[in-house]
Amino acid sequence: MYVAVKGGERAIENAHAWLAEERRGDQSVAELSVDQIREQMSLAVDRVMSEGSLYDPDLAALAIKQSRGDLIEAIFLIRAYRTTLPRFGGSEPIDTAEMDCDRRISATFKDLPGGQVLGPTFDYTHRLLDFKLAADGETPEVNERPAEIEAMPHVTGFLNREGLIEEAVDASDAPPRDLTREPLELPADRSLRLQALTRSDEGFTLGMAYSTQRGYARNHAFVGELRIGTVPVEMDIPELGFAIEIGEINVTECETINQFQGSKTEPPQFTRGYGLVFGQTERKAISMALVDRALRWEELGEDFVGAPAQDAEFVLYHADNIQATGFLEHIKLPHYVDFQAELELVRKLRREVQAEETLEAAE
Amino acid sequence: MDGGYLDGGFSNPSTESAAAFRQIMEVVARPGVICEVAGAQPPAPLSPAAGAVLLTLCDADTSVYLAGSVDTPDVRSWIAFHIGAPLVGPAHATFALGRWDELMPLGQYPIGTPEYPDRSATLIVEMPSLDAAGATLRGPGIKDTAHLSLPDVAPFQENALHFPLGLDFIFTCEQRVAALPRSTEVS
Amino acid sequence: MSEYNFAYLDEQTKRMIRRAILKGLAVPGYQVPFASREMPMPYGWGTGGVQVSAAVLTPDDTFKVIDQGADDTTNAVSIRAFFERTAEVATTTSTEDATVIQTRHRIPEVSLQEGQILVYQVPIPEPLRFLEPRETETRKMHALEDYGLMHVKLYEDIARHGHIATSYAYPVKIEGRYVMDPSPIPKFDNPKMSDNPAIQLFGAGREQRIYALPPYTQVVSLDFEDHPFEASKPDQCCSLCQSTTSYLDEVIVDDSGKRMYVCSDTDYCAARVRKQAA
Repeated sequence: MYVAVKGGERAIENAHAWLAEERRGDQSVAELSVDQIREQMSLAVDRVMSEGSLYDPDLAALAIKQSRGDLIEAIFLIRAYRTTLPRFGGSEPIDTAEMDCDRRISATFKDLPGGQVLGPTFDYTHRLLDFKLAADGETPEVNERPAEIEAMPHVTGFLNREGLIEEAVDASDAPPRDLTREPLELPADRSLRLQALTRSDEGFTLGMAYSTQRGYARNHAFVGELRIGTVPVEMDIPELGFAIEIGEINVTECETINQFQGSKTEPPQFTRGYGLVFGQTERKAISMALVDRALRWEELGEDFVGAPAQDAEFVLYHADNIQATGFLEHIKLPHYVDFQAELELVRKLRREVQAEETLEAAE
Repeated sequence: MDGGYLDGGFSNPSTESAAAFRQIMEVVARPGVICEVAGAQPPAPLSPAAGAVLLTLCDADTSVYLAGSVDTPDVRSWIAFHIGAPLVGPAHATFALGRWDELMPLGQYPIGTPEYPDRSATLIVEMPSLDAAGATLRGPGIKDTAHLSLPDVAPFQENALHFPLGLDFIFTCEQRVAALPRSTEVS
Repeated sequence: MSEYNFAYLDEQTKRMIRRAILKGLAVPGYQVPFASREMPMPYGWGTGGVQVSAAVLTPDDTFKVIDQGADDTTNAVSIRAFFERTAEVATTTSTEDATVIQTRHRIPEVSLQEGQILVYQVPIPEPLRFLEPRETETRKMHALEDYGLMHVKLYEDIARHGHIATSYAYPVKIEGRYVMDPSPIPKFDNPKMSDNPAIQLFGAGREQRIYALPPYTQVVSLDFEDHPFEASKPDQCCSLCQSTTSYLDEVIVDDSGKRMYVCSDTDYCAARVRKQAA
């Protein structure tokens, strides 16, 4: 006698227990602490914060631990947690010109006020596995000297003074729309697009940016400037009547300078692409700037050449990895009912085709 | 300064607004049905029902227009403290509140756009009485016909002509609430 | 889980969802945009339904969750447990006893009553989406009541197959105005939507849309005069309760591909089996 499948509840409990055991791994190996992840997996932490849209390194590290290192799963944990947080208000815009930079490079000028600062980059490392790390992760002592405090003005400012680059559009006083509190509506203005891009999936955004470099809406980008460092966050307190500093965040900012021949509406000049992402996330920030520039074709009077990176609806609806992974993975859920309906339909269609064939054969 | 506006909100906002919403949803889904909503004690001249509707549906994200005699300093302070909704003129209102004659003319409120008919105002109409009698209602939510003591007939007929655009109405009287969405045919 | 608010969502989010539900009820079949939140379950796994349920549930409710008609499939179990924890609602598997029913892909066999609420989980709320991928375009079509594309598609089906080759998520028209996606229910369930005494709410979390049907709303499955809509199901009876009228799942019982059919609505089936035993 057939008995319908039961016991979903127990199956779930057992799966969770097994998952916890797998997460811990071999118990004879020391357990990872959240502090260790935050300090030693800091680029993973930064990615989780930026795509999770929540600046909290401790929570991001916890999410990485809980998700067994699956960063999209960790981002998901952070997003779900973020939903439950009440909103106290909006901060003042951060001033990246005042950034305390760990890294600041320009690909367009050999030298410039504030200088080129390489910072902690993989760029010129040889990608050779370092077997010493397997045995001992301690670092050799390095020479330190006090930082020279020197202003680091934005590179695009120099071009702007000559009128060679488009003005950064002076945002109106209207507060930018908030993607996390309003449904996405198209056409999306630039502030909304940038919000979507800064929390977009790194891999998706990288692929989109790369496609522009290979000719799908090529926009000839130079990294005018890439800077990574800390900026203070200030918030206006109505009761006090002035803004106070509520903390510091680490961000990566990329401004691209893009060649532009001019269009029906705009003179020949350099144009801008912009990327700003939480943490040290320069691959994402550069990608963001390239995609931002590609999406600006309409306001610059360029042609729509049908490239995916130009298509705001395509980019914005598919850039979010939490939306994408959820919908992708949902096809694991039971679809008995829909499948049954399809089975009936296919059987019916086949019966009809076979009946016709039999009829034809008889004739 | 009178601190009376500090009182009169829900004492347990999450469960009381959940209960109030269910009554409001019931009357919007079934035009002609009258339900009670409890828990709010707004300052005069607002009815407890109107207070509960405001507490349940409005906040800093919704603009509210106070029409005529409900636009008092007490009501403004109460809304500022409990709801935080920005007060606006009728043309920008998400919600408008007042007596029927003071809410006129209906043409001054947003009725949505063909692509976004939901971007229309909801009018909360304070009523001297509210009964399941009077005008005949037909349409979604109504099995055969229903009756409701509407303040008028022609303006609702005119409103329904704009469908799917149009205004939606919530009627309040003491503790009681009823509704008339734009989809209802009135005769 | 006292560290989270009643029904998980914060009050401001619930108000936003509640306003969208009311507008949805006022314009039956129209998809109201709403700012869907990230929930602790993945998009595509019922987050729209979960957010709608969170916005309508009160502590006095009795809540039922079904997935593919069944109360005991894993995702139904998971969603039910979520609300037991965060909203402390009573839960049931009985369709009659439930005040709020969240469903994925089925409408219960037992007729719903006034006072009940059926919350559908919706993956792709736009019935025109697979004919036109752009939201900006489909929104215009709804505004202009331009459903020619849908009729062409259905007509091509008939030309090719002799009948409409859509077996689930079969499009419907609401009160003669909006074409609506009924969610991926089998077309067998479509007629149950029309003139239903319960309130029907639809939540699409990832796509950020809510829509609704008040009770007694007219819902018509699209068809042509010479090819009328037909609510089909396997022409078999349930091996457990012998029902010939309920929607059936096909189960493969051995290696040689031997099949049997059982009710997809587990509560309906179990109640019939109990009755027969008594």
